[in-house]
Amino acid sequence: MEKILELLENDSTLTAEQIAVMMGKSTKEIETAIETYKKNNVIVANKTVIDWEKTDKEFVTALIELKAIPQRGDGFDKIAERIYQYPEVKSLYLMAGRYDLMVIIEGKTLQEVSSFVSRKLATMECITETATHFVLKKYKSDNVIFGEPQQDLREVMSL
Amino acid sequence: MSQFNPESFINRKVADMPPSGIRKFFDIVNEMKDAISLGVGEPDFVTPWHIREAGIYSLEKGHTYYTSNSGLMELRREICNYVKKFDLEYETDEVLLTVGGSEGVDAAIRAIIGEGDEVLIPEPSFVCYKPCVTLAGGTPVTIQTKAENAFKLKKEEILEKITSKTKMLVLSYPNNPTGAIMTREDLEEIASVVKEHNILVLSDEIYAELTFGTKHCSIASLPDMKDRTIIINGFSKAFAMTGWRLGFTLANKHITKAMTKIHQYAIMSAPTTSQYAAIEALKNGEQSIATMREQYDYRRKVITDGFNSMGLTCFSPLGAFYIFPSIKSTGMTSDEFCEKLLIEQKVALVPGTAFGECGEGFVRVSYAYGIDRINEAMDRIKKFLESR
Repeated sequence: MEKILELLENDSTLTAEQIAVMMGKSTKEIETAIETYKKNNVIVANKTVIDWEKTDKEFVTALIELKAIPQRGDGFDKIAERIYQYPEVKSLYLMAGRYDLMVIIEGKTLQEVSSFVSRKLATMECITETATHFVLKKYKSDNVIFGEPQQDLREVMSL
Repeated sequence: MSQFNPESFINRKVADMPPSGIRKFFDIVNEMKDAISLGVGEPDFVTPWHIREAGIYSLEKGHTYYTSNSGLMELRREICNYVKKFDLEYETDEVLLTVGGSEGVDAAIRAIIGEGDEVLIPEPSFVCYKPCVTLAGGTPVTIQTKAENAFKLKKEEILEKITSKTKMLVLSYPNNPTGAIMTREDLEEIASVVKEHNILVLSDEIYAELTFGTKHCSIASLPDMKDRTIIINGFSKAFAMTGWRLGFTLANKHITKAMTKIHQYAIMSAPTTSQYAAIEALKNGEQSIATMREQYDYRRKVITDGFNSMGLTCFSPLGAFYIFPSIKSTGMTSDEFCEKLLIEQKVALVPGTAFGECGEGFVRVSYAYGIDRINEAMDRIKKFLESR
């Protein structure tokens, strides 16, 4: 039944009835499976991928690398919890490699993001180093290529 | 001096050749705003990037020359390796790279068929076989397959049409336009007739990768059938590489040699860039095929369910990317149905008659389109039916 998740991840607007036809199952079976996934927090949310650059919205996205001192007993989880509670934080990952945590932040202006990093993140006692990278352009996100809508380029053919 | 008339110079066989019934509607569709088509017979997917990238890389490396007439040896080796998945064993001198499957069909027919030879062509089928046979001087003899047999070819249907002049049988499964397939059991009875009457099979297996729930079976994999079969295959449908124009034939080396003679004078060699891209397709394309096949399968189920629930019944097709629903319940002919649907609801389908007379009462619907487009078209067809 993991196919349901793949289908919904790709298009969350699909109804249980449509998925049932696509998978050759009954609507009831699909509804039950989706319910269970939701109950177990496997399906966490339904979102829409938006290319905000095509709108008038002003925003800045930044990727911030953080080096942190893990806490005894909790590792990085406690630090992560303190960071992801901020609404400015869009995503947060624990990383293997040169740094420990990667934070993706969105703000209205560069100043707003910089201020958030210097006042909120850099001042945490367990954070030892930060490096901020600003996003200049988003080409692809969540498996979707941004840019102009795809045209059907197929020409008239006798087949 | 009499007036110059260019038409009088045209070969009679070409002049008499009817235009493709498929094109008729699409010339109108192209001019029509907001028209949506479920008519096109080519994948909507763009060629997977790793394959495109291999083509680009070959250009960067300066591979801009002809290849040998038969095609790159590395590619022929990869093809021999690839077709093992269909239980086929071929040597590299039994492979010929062609400009799409279509050139393979033409070369095979011209290599085998001469004046007076008869070729059995089961219909409904793709439109190229009859004209190729006629141009080669042969006589196309059509066999009308039936909806009640899920458009499979039956032994008795061949026996009815076979004569002492019959030299070749065309098998085109998975089938365009019906989506029908032939299982090993279905093919076994065909093979017995073919052997008994000593005829060759031209097996067009261009949709071999697009079967659902069952693996494609080639008639050449049956006992004693390899040498009397010419297989047509290619990269267009399996790897979404239509524009690269690359196909291949598999046949006994004597027949391959004869086809290569025609190919070397008419074509020289298949496109070099496409051949390099095809090597990548065969080496690393299995996942790409599986991903596309899964998408086609979803659409197949949605569209079959949709048409059946509208009362335009169709059997569940197991191959290619077409369904072939019956429109007999509307009381219209295939042509009328398609024309009215296009004018009233701006949806383009192809009348079944474009694929042979026995296609009357049916339409071909392609699901080489995204689900949104398919749903939108089905909504319009529903409105069209409700308005009657």
